[in-house]
Amino acid sequence: MKIWHRYSGIVLPILVIAVLTIWPAITGKASNRESSFTILKAVALASSLNILLGYTGYVSFGHIVFYGFGGYVGLFLLTDQGWSLWTAILAGGLASAVLAFLLGTAILRLRGAYFALATIGINEAMKAFVNNFDLFGGPTGITLNFSVYKPYGGAAQALQTSFYIAAGLALLAILLSHIVRTSKFGLGLLAIRENEDAAEVMGVVAPNAKTWAYVFSAIVPGMIGVLFFFKNGNVEPHDAFPLHASIELLVMVMLGGQGTVLGPILGAFAYQGMRGYLVTSDFFKDIQLSVSGALLLMIVLFIPAGAIGWLRQRIPTLRRVLA
Amino acid sequence: MTTLLSLQNVSKRFGGLQALLNVSFDLPQGQILGLIGPNGAGKTTLFNVINGVYAPESGHIIFHNKDVTGRRPYQLAKMGMARTHQIVRPLNELSVRENVMVGACFGHENQDLGNAAKISDEVMEFVGLTVRADQLAGSLNVAQKKRLEMARALAAHPYLLLLDEVLAGLNHSEIDNMIQTVLKIREQGITIIVIEHVMKAVMNVCDRIIVLDYGELIAEGNPEAIANDPKVIEAYLGDPRLAKQMLEEA
Repeated sequence: MKIWHRYSGIVLPILVIAVLTIWPAITGKASNRESSFTILKAVALASSLNILLGYTGYVSFGHIVFYGFGGYVGLFLLTDQGWSLWTAILAGGLASAVLAFLLGTAILRLRGAYFALATIGINEAMKAFVNNFDLFGGPTGITLNFSVYKPYGGAAQALQTSFYIAAGLALLAILLSHIVRTSKFGLGLLAIRENEDAAEVMGVVAPNAKTWAYVFSAIVPGMIGVLFFFKNGNVEPHDAFPLHASIELLVMVMLGGQGTVLGPILGAFAYQGMRGYLVTSDFFKDIQLSVSGALLLMIVLFIPAGAIGWLRQRIPTLRRVLA
Repeated sequence: MTTLLSLQNVSKRFGGLQALLNVSFDLPQGQILGLIGPNGAGKTTLFNVINGVYAPESGHIIFHNKDVTGRRPYQLAKMGMARTHQIVRPLNELSVRENVMVGACFGHENQDLGNAAKISDEVMEFVGLTVRADQLAGSLNVAQKKRLEMARALAAHPYLLLLDEVLAGLNHSEIDNMIQTVLKIREQGITIIVIEHVMKAVMNVCDRIIVLDYGELIAEGNPEAIANDPKVIEAYLGDPRLAKQMLEEA
């Protein structure tokens, strides 16, 4: 019974990932696989952001910087250094983690709106830097040679492999999220979210805890970045550091329910589904981002706890399952 | 008796306001020390300086024979200091149990989650919050939130406990309950400093009292001596007749 209590919150999230992974294989359609890939990527990114936003209570408007930076480091290692995809993904995650550690030490002393503003600045600064950094190809970025896909059974097979890696990374992100949520470290983060001064008085070493939360929230985005741009074939500053993608991630986390393991997964799923409909509709295709903005406004005004948070408040018995 | 806490000429200034001026006192282990003074005398500031929220401009704070001047609150918590806040600071979206567990997990005993859960059960029983354990802290009333503040501090099993007006805003029966709780805490060997305006409590509970006025220590002694000290009566109460009346109530 105790064990069930401890792990009950992770059952649903793993089921969702499993279904997303198996669904394209059953239907056998490449287009389904690509939709599924997009959702898995969003799940991985949103669950990672949730560690900082949902557990620690720090709003980052520039979380995509870790995705872009990891992607650049990975592709640089793939092309110039001839590393394999596996080691490049690990290196991308590590590079983003180191970046988060350095940034966290510098800007996590800021609170509230000041921190949020600083994160936007970091994203834009990184974009400008990469634009002028010759080793990363400057404004034209890095393009993969087609022969890169050879060791993975050609381009078509590489797409299939990338899909399974994306599923693995999404799983890694939610496991990380769950482990943090149920650990003593996570309890400290929640205390910081609720009242940082009170947490410090109770002995939570807030500067360290916040920095590590930032690091944990950066690892998987760095890895996903490498995978996505490997699959994409090239990386450019504009694609690597899109500010609107950061805001979309915020919408996903807030929509599903910040501070829960399942919330960001549900939010990513719902948001990508909605986005898929909007960009193909004649009326909405050009104002798709305005709809996201309006959605964010509605969530903040009416269900600040998100869908899962709302359910948890209404039906307390669901709290164990909807962790 | 060994000295647990010692302040030596501690001063703190906020811009043009001298909040504390050359405050010195020694606190032996196991004692309950009352800290009284008029509003704005610097009582809470003194707590904030002791537990590291503010660093003093001059002077030294010795805790457990170590100079801890300028250390951060979490460092002092790890050394065995705990406090409650005058304006309660519950972790609203966490349950009462989780609130108390934070105290046990990150205080000086550094417990893991399993032990912290056991300790929080004991402490909630002790302060009478057991029935509220799974409620969100934000849903408690003021008296319960004050008990929660106390439970969180106690869960750390501190050597020194700073209680900042735990009786303010409570009714008569709640005050009596809280006084009994404070006396029980002392039986566990915990040294306590209390800031309190409720004279009945100060006179009954404290072994010794120090009086602050405009940031300066103006008197020190046992409760009777303080109550009869004309300097205290003038500074603290202004009106000697009112003082007499309050003492009779006590």
